[in-house]
This record gives sequence, structure tokens and C-alpha cells, in this order.
Amino acid sequence: MRILMFGWEFPPHISGGLGTACFGLTKGLAKHKVDVIFVVPRAYGDEDQRAVRIVNASDVPFDFNDTEYKEFWNRVKYMEIGSNIIPYVAPEEFEKALERKEKKGESFTSNVFSKKYKFSGKYGTNLMEEVSRYALIASAVALKEDYDIIHAHDWLTYPAGIAAKKSSGKPLVIHIHATEFDRTGENVNDIVYAIEKEGFVNADRIIAVSNLTRNTVINRYGINPDKIVTVYNAVDQSLIKEIEEVKRTLNDKIVTFLGRITYQKGPEYFIEAAHKILKKDRNVRFVMAGSGDMLNKMIERVAALGMADRFHFTGFLKGNDVNKMFALSDVFVMPSVSEPFGIVPLEAMRVNVPVVISKQSGVSEILKHAFKIDFWDVDAMADSIYGLCHYDALSEMFKKHGKEEVESLKWEDAALNVKNVYQPFMSK
Amino acid sequence: MKSICLYFQVHQPYRLRTYRFFDIGERDDYYDDYTNRFIMQRIAQKCYLPMNNLLLDLIKEFGSAFKVSFSISGMAIEQFQAYAPEVLESFKQLAKTGNVEFLAETYAHSLSSLKDTDEFTSQVKMHDQLIQELFGQKPTTFRNTELIYSDKIGEAVADMGYDVMLTEGAKHVLGWRSPNMMYTNAINPKLKLLLKNFRLSDDIAFRFSLQSWAEWPLTTKKFTGWLNEIDKKDEVVNLFMDYETFGEHQWEETGIFDFMAALPAAILKNTKFEFATPKELGEKLQPVAPIHAPYPISWADEERDITAWLGNDLQNEAFKKLNALAAKIPSVQDEKLKKDWQYLQTSDHFYYMSTKWFSDGDVHSYFNPYDSPYDAFINYMNVLTDYSIRLAKFNVDVQDEMEDIKDAVRNISKKTGENIKKSVSSTSKKVKDAIDKGKEFRLEDMKHMSDAAIKKVLKEMDIETITIALKDTKDDLTERVLPNLGAKARKKYDKLQTELKKVKKSDIKKYQKAVEDKLNELFGK
Repeated sequence: MRILMFGWEFPPHISGGLGTACFGLTKGLAKHKVDVIFVVPRAYGDEDQRAVRIVNASDVPFDFNDTEYKEFWNRVKYMEIGSNIIPYVAPEEFEKALERKEKKGESFTSNVFSKKYKFSGKYGTNLMEEVSRYALIASAVALKEDYDIIHAHDWLTYPAGIAAKKSSGKPLVIHIHATEFDRTGENVNDIVYAIEKEGFVNADRIIAVSNLTRNTVINRYGINPDKIVTVYNAVDQSLIKEIEEVKRTLNDKIVTFLGRITYQKGPEYFIEAAHKILKKDRNVRFVMAGSGDMLNKMIERVAALGMADRFHFTGFLKGNDVNKMFALSDVFVMPSVSEPFGIVPLEAMRVNVPVVISKQSGVSEILKHAFKIDFWDVDAMADSIYGLCHYDALSEMFKKHGKEEVESLKWEDAALNVKNVYQPFMSK
Repeated sequence: MKSICLYFQVHQPYRLRTYRFFDIGERDDYYDDYTNRFIMQRIAQKCYLPMNNLLLDLIKEFGSAFKVSFSISGMAIEQFQAYAPEVLESFKQLAKTGNVEFLAETYAHSLSSLKDTDEFTSQVKMHDQLIQELFGQKPTTFRNTELIYSDKIGEAVADMGYDVMLTEGAKHVLGWRSPNMMYTNAINPKLKLLLKNFRLSDDIAFRFSLQSWAEWPLTTKKFTGWLNEIDKKDEVVNLFMDYETFGEHQWEETGIFDFMAALPAAILKNTKFEFATPKELGEKLQPVAPIHAPYPISWADEERDITAWLGNDLQNEAFKKLNALAAKIPSVQDEKLKKDWQYLQTSDHFYYMSTKWFSDGDVHSYFNPYDSPYDAFINYMNVLTDYSIRLAKFNVDVQDEMEDIKDAVRNISKKTGENIKKSVSSTSKKVKDAIDKGKEFRLEDMKHMSDAAIKKVLKEMDIETITIALKDTKDDLTERVLPNLGAKARKKYDKLQTELKKVKKSDIKKYQKAVEDKLNELFGK
């Protein structure tokens, strides 16, 4: 069984959970003798290719005179950018990028069809352009490679998945790690929504990372429930490293938020909870690690509440700094407004940090040893945090069972569920 | 004639309201009055009232041939009084028939038997008195929370003077033996034990409406048939269950009331069984053997142990923190503090913290107000933290009061001379003792100690310290202490006494403190 997989990123070049999940899944699939050809917009050459073969879309030769592509292009062209659809870019970065673009004044279509196209593989202002170009390349790759099923991760690659299906006639599995509703709440971008829906309609089978997401797809996109299967993410056990002892210089308890500082992640609820706790107990410190379009607003809010001496911002953390942050933490909080799955609490738990997570997260559907609160219930959130900081038996209990629980969530098992999704298409 | 013993447990906890950490030190209304009222009134309508009426009718019909027994926790009775007084009236009517035995238990339906015999005893006394007041009978049978039992608990119950105790016919304690006989406590054979026949009890309590059960639907014919099948040597079948079985765990629609209405007639007509209360059985039956239960058993879950209440670190920690306060309770005069102390004892609080239901089905979630055991723990600990702050504050207040009394005494004594001083100081001592039982020892306390105790102290101290410490103390103290000195020491004392004419007051204090420290070390808590 061989799968042609389209993803936007692959470790170590990742900006969120998507790349990590793809990596875990492909490794799990390899254990079940499923080969994966993984296509990314831009490969750097240092990707771990033990379980997959990475195809770099930037290197794919492309015949621009082929009329078929021109036709395809006519169909996907409507995806032209609204400039502010990109949720993952810090505001200051976005402005800079926008300036650059205005100066250049390049036209969209000519860019996509230019002979040399350098994908950034990021989530920048020319994202739509890249998505389109990527789809175009996909249809070429789809004809060249030998495989049984196409598998596309998240909306950036749905056009690629559809294109590959159209050019090859192979079945398409779409894997939803997040929907537009999870990213933006109710301020849904119509273009992205249309791409997503197009993907769901064209998919032969859909994998959702939680029932929460599955229900969104059923209710908000009107997709037939029979087509959608929930497969929970897992944790890459091989990545579990003994974390180095980090010397703690403060006696205060440390409570951590780690993630993009965007609407979806609910950072403002974390701040309000912190405020409630600090009114009662000054021996707790709060850390907000990450960056995002709400960062400045959050800093202002912390200052307005007069707790800047107890509430710290670290900016975006990468690699080992994340581990260090966990090692320093007594409680990890994920107050997401909408979190299709949410892998970060699992990373916290496996290094013995007790977690408080919102009920509006997919991961809360499977975790037992975690506090689950509604994201808006700041009182309950504060109370759980306070309890974990003050009642030792509680944090001990979480540490004891949390790690165990995370270790039982294996990609090997998740991959088997994914393989079961593939299976019916193999006989055809 | 064999006997059948019906016993029903009636209990409702005072469920806690959502109590956040920022409520600590701010508010002391711990209970979810709305939910407690709602649940009590619902169960009253669905279970207590209709089932009490049914039992009353049966007693009218069969007279002395039909009997039942109850234990009603103090928590349930208080909630009857507050939310459903008609239920209490109907239990009183049952008591008046003379066919109903009321058992003693801990007032708060607590786990105190597992920890502190003094606390356990005081809670049982409290309940015992309440039962006498309400139902006009002195309990002679004891039923511990959730049928929790061990050799040691049985011994304590025997010491309190009860004749019979109920517990679970747990397989791992009985081994090959039948639960259908009377046994005794392993330490004190005076205490007789009646063991629950869990198969027949649970056929009614748990399986009655279980359609996947091979024996469903259960009829009186089937049930009396099973009764007739029991071993010839067996003497008693004990059917122990939650009273809420009727109408609440098993809804009226399942036919449970019809079954119970028909059961006595069927038993009396078709079997060689007669109804008996635990008290009657204690008088009638000969115990066959002692039961050995070195570790506590209960009627819960497959394991029949106490892990549903004290099975994980959360439960153990909360229980430990609760018990750490026990020493301060006897001196508490404040009514609300005393009440809260009882309410926080209730075993249900610990049950809600159980993590067993992660794998153990839904029994634990019945009426459980919490989403998870972790929420239950945090809420309870928040309340307990506030309670311990209030308790500490109360003790400080008491000490302040005591200081005030002392000051007043000093002032009065200055004015009114030696005679009054003496009587006042003895009063002040009494006041102090009363309020402050078990506090630190003072030198004067030696006046009231036994010779043996004084000797023990003297043996540990050098004679010089004693001599200086006793200098300038009142005669009655020296008179009490000196006879306990050995001849040699006495000689030395006399010698030193004459030599030490002038010792600084502060030095005397220092040596007195040394003696007091020793007293505390030897006899303090």
C-alpha cells in the first residue's frame, strides 16, 4: 500500500502542530507497512526521511504549455487572495510583508505560472498564490508517482489533493486538523471556506481529529456523516526525551500558556484567570509563550490589570526552549476556544506537568487525567489552577497517571485506524 | 423456622456547592441548598413516602409477622427536617408500630471508624441520641457507613455496648462459609455479626430491572423459590440494601413496588421463613464462629473493600487533612463550626473523588455533582481550607477570651486579697481547663498528676533544675512534688534550697520552662 500525501510542512521546519502530526502519522503508517510519498511545498533536505520519501514541490519539473493545466487553472483561479486571511502571522510581520508586496505589485496569475517558482512553504501573504501553485504541481506529481491513495492534510493542500485526484483518478482521503471555524471563530473567510467545502465534497473519505471537528464538518459544511471518521492524534513516543533538569530560581509556582496568541487559543481567558488567582495569591507566576495577532492586545491587558510583575511573555519558543518551559512549569493551561485536537497538553503531561484544558478541545474527548473546563468559565479555570498549585496530592496524582496516559496514545494505533480508512479502497 | 431480615439504609449527604478558592476566607456557606432540597424532595416523592406507606400497609396487614429495620443517617434526618418534614413523620409512624428497628450509625455517615476511635465514638453517640429522641427506642444494633467493618471497628462497637452489628458477607472474609448464619467479632465475641447475603440482596437492589439478566423479570415466585433452595443448616437470609432502591434506583415503572408489596405474603405462605429484626436475631440465634477481618471490608463494588472512598492519593490526602483537625474539635463551642465538622465528614465527599469509575462503570456517578474526581477534590479542599481557617480563628478567639478572664481575675485578686484570690484562681483554672483541654502543660499542672507521673518527670530532670524551678512556687505544689523524690535527692534538694537564697526571677522562669518542656515532651499530645 502506497500513499501520496500532501502536507504543508514537515519537521523540523514547522510552525504548529500540523507538521508534527504528519510526521507521527507517517512513522506509524510505516510500522503497518504503508509507504508514504510526502509532498511539501518546500523541502530543506534535512527532513527525517526514514519513514517517508519527501518530494519537494519546488523541484518538480513542470510543462507550462500543457492545456490541461490551463484548464485546471481556470477552475482554481477563484481562490485569489483576500489579504488578511492568514491567521498564523504575527501582526508586525504581516504589515512588513504587505508593504513588500505592494511595492512589487506583481500579478497573481503570472506568478503562479512563472517558470521558476520558489515556495516559501510558510503562511505568508502570498499564501493563496502558493496554494494554487502547489495544486498545479500536485497534478503533475500525481501522474508521475506510483501509489494507491491520495491523502491531503488541511485546506492548504485540499486543492492539491483534488487536482491529484482529477489527474490520476485515485481516491482522495482528506484529513482535517482544523477547519476555518476553529481558526477564526465566526469571522470565516469565504474563500477558505469554499476551498474546504470543495475538499470535503470531493473527498472519498474524511478523517477528523476529534468528534468536535467531525461535528463541525457535519453541521457547518453539510457533509454526509457517513463519510467522516474520527481518528484521534497521538504522541510521538520516540521524541520523548529525558528533559534536562532546569534550575528553578524562584519558589513561585509557574503556570504556563503555550501556543499561538490568537483568537482560537483563548489567551484572554488565561489572563482573566491569572488575575483572579493573583488577587488571592501573589506567589504564582504566569507565562504566556508564543506569538500571534493578539499578542499586543494581551500585553496591554496584563498591564491594565496591573500584574505585569507576575505575568511574563516569552515570545515564540522553539525546540529545546519549549522543553525548558515545561520543565519550569507547575501547571499547563490550554484555554482554547476551539481546538480540533490539541497536542500541546500531551507534550506537557508526558514531562509531568499537570494540565488544565478546555472542553472545546478534541483532546479533552480522550483524556482522563486532566482538568476540563469550558474556555469561558474563568472561575473554574482559576480554581483548577489554584488547586494544582496548592494541593500537592492533586499534582502528584496527575503526574503519576498523566504520563502513563500519554504514553498509551501511540501513533502506531492511530495509524492503524487510518489504514482501516484506506483499506476499502484497496480492493477497488 | 429460618429468618429473613430486611434492612434498609437511608442516607443523603449535604452536597457541597461550587466553592472556588477565592471564596476561601470570604464565605462559609458550603452547601448546595438548591440541589440538596431538590434531590431530597424528589426522593421523598419517588421513594421515601410511597415506600413508607407500603411498609405501613404491610405491617397493618400482617401485624407482628412482618418486620423491617432501618438506619437513617443524621444527614438524611436533618434534610428531612429542612426539606421534607412529612418523611420524618412517616418514619415516626413506622416506629410507633413496634415492628421496626432503628439502628445506630455515625451521625454524619462518616469514615471516622477507619481513623480515630474517639471521634468515631462521639459521632455514634450523637446519632444514637438522635434516634432515641425521634423514635423512642435505644438502638442495640450498629450499622457502620457502607457496612464498613474490621475486627478493630467491631471491637470499638462492642465497647460502645452494641450487641449486634451488620456487615457485608464478603467472600474473601467468609471463604467457604455461608453468610446465612450469625457470627461474632474476632476480638470481642460479645458482638454478634449479621452478614449481608449479597446475591439475593443485589438481585433486588441492582438486577431487578436489568433486562440482560437471565432471571429478568424477577417475580416473588422466583425469589421465594431461591429462598427455599438455601442450605438446610442456614438460619437467616439478610437482605440489606439502600432504601433508595425503591422508586429511585429502580423506578416505579419497573414494578419494584408491586414486587415488594407481594413479597411478604409470598414468603410467609410459600417458605419456612419468618421476618425478624437484627435485635431479635441477636437474641435468638447462636453464633457459629468468629469472623476474621483484619482489613476493612464494605458492601461496595466487586472488591468489597474501602477503595471507593480511600483508594487513591486524592482521597487519602483529603481524609488526612480532615482528620488533622479532629484534635481541635472537642473545644469548639460554635454551633455552625460543629455542624460543618459533621457535614464535611460524610463519606460521599470522598466517594466523588474516586478514580475507580474510570474503569468501573457508572455506579459511582449516581447523583454525583462533579464532572471528575479532580473537580470533587479541589472543591472539597477549598471548603476544608476555609473551615480550617475558621477553626484556627475560633481557637485564637478562645485564647483571647481566656486571657481576658485571667486579666480580670488578676485585677480582682489584687483588690480583694488572698481569700478571694484563691477561690478565683481555682475558678480560673477550671475555666481554663474547660476551654483549653489538652493544651500545653504548666508547672502547676503537676499538682494534679499522679505520683507515678511525677516520679517519671523527676527521673528525667536533674535535681538542681527542680530545686530552682520550685523556688518561690506555692506550698501546695512543693508538697505534692517533694515526697516523690528519693531520699538522696531529697537531701540534695534541702541542701540546695538553703544555698540558693538569691536566684534571679528570670532564672527561675527559665528552669520552670525546662520542667514544663519536659512535661510536654512526656505527656503532651
